[in-house]
Amino acid sequence: MPIMTDLHTELKASIIEQLNLEDMEVSDIENDEPLFGDGLGLDSIDALELIVLLEKDYGIKLTDPKKGREIFESINKMADFIEANRTK
Amino acid sequence: MNNLSVDHWVRIKDGKIIVDGEVVFASEADIASFLKAAFKFLNIKYPKFHKMDRLSKLGFIASEIVMKEEAEISEDTALVFSNNSSSLASDQNYQESIKNFPSPSLFVYTLPNIVLGEISIRFGLKSENVFFIEDEFNAKLLIDYSAQLIESAKANKVLCAWLNLHNVEYDVFLWLSSESHKKEITEEQIRKIYDADYD
Repeated sequence: MPIMTDLHTELKASIIEQLNLEDMEVSDIENDEPLFGDGLGLDSIDALELIVLLEKDYGIKLTDPKKGREIFESINKMADFIEANRTK
Repeated sequence: MNNLSVDHWVRIKDGKIIVDGEVVFASEADIASFLKAAFKFLNIKYPKFHKMDRLSKLGFIASEIVMKEEAEISEDTALVFSNNSSSLASDQNYQESIKNFPSPSLFVYTLPNIVLGEISIRFGLKSENVFFIEDEFNAKLLIDYSAQLIESAKANKVLCAWLNLHNVEYDVFLWLSSESHKKEITEEQIRKIYDADYD
C-alpha cells in the first residue's frame, strides 16, 4: 500500500499549477514515477521552477543545484527531502 | 521583381482564425480561453504548448495551421517574423514575478524570437530566422527579406509573419512563401489580405 500524505498531494497540485501541466490531475502522478525523462517529461526550466517552489513554499534554499537531480527524482524523494529540511 | 508565391496564409484576429480567406475557427472568449480552444481545434498532442507564453502560442497555432497543408516540411524553411510590441507582455509578467520569486519559465520568454525557436523545434527547421521590431506591418520588408533568402539559396521556403500581441489584443498574419517562376508576390496583395475584414 503506497503511503500518500497531504504533502504528496500538495506537491502534485503545486507542480501541476506551477509547471502548467495542462490536462493533468493529481491522481495522474504516481509517487514513485520519475519526474524527468520518461515520466512526466519535465525539462531543465521545470527543474529551475521546482527549485523556486522549494524556496517559496517550504523555505528551502537549494545551494547546490546538482542535488536537484536526486531530490526531484520522484514525488516520494521530494516529499522526504521537504519533511527533513523545511523551515515553513 | 521577386520570385515568390504565397502557398497558404492564416490570419488570427478578434477571435477568428482565417485560412486562405475562409473562417475556420471563431470564439468570443478572452485571449486565454481563445488560445486554449484554438489549440484544441488543432487536435494535436503537444504538452509543451501549455508552457509557452501567449506570443509563442499564437505563433505556434498560426504556423501549425499553415504547415499542416504541406505534404512534406523542409528543414530549410526560414522564419521571417515581425511585430511592434516585441515580447512586452512576457517582459511585464516577468517583471511582476521579480517582486517575489523570479520565474525561470517566464524569463525564457522575455525575447520575441523565442517563438521562432518553438516553431523550429516543432517542425525540425534548421534554417535562417529573424524577428524584426517595426512600427507597423511592413509587407515590403518581409517580402524583400524572403526573396533574398530564396535567391541566395539560404532557404527554399519562408514562413513570414506579423505576430503582434499588445496586452490582450492579438494581430497575426502568417504566410508560407516558396519559389515560383510564374507568380510574383506584390506588396499590395499582401497588404490587401492583411487589411481585409473577414466575416
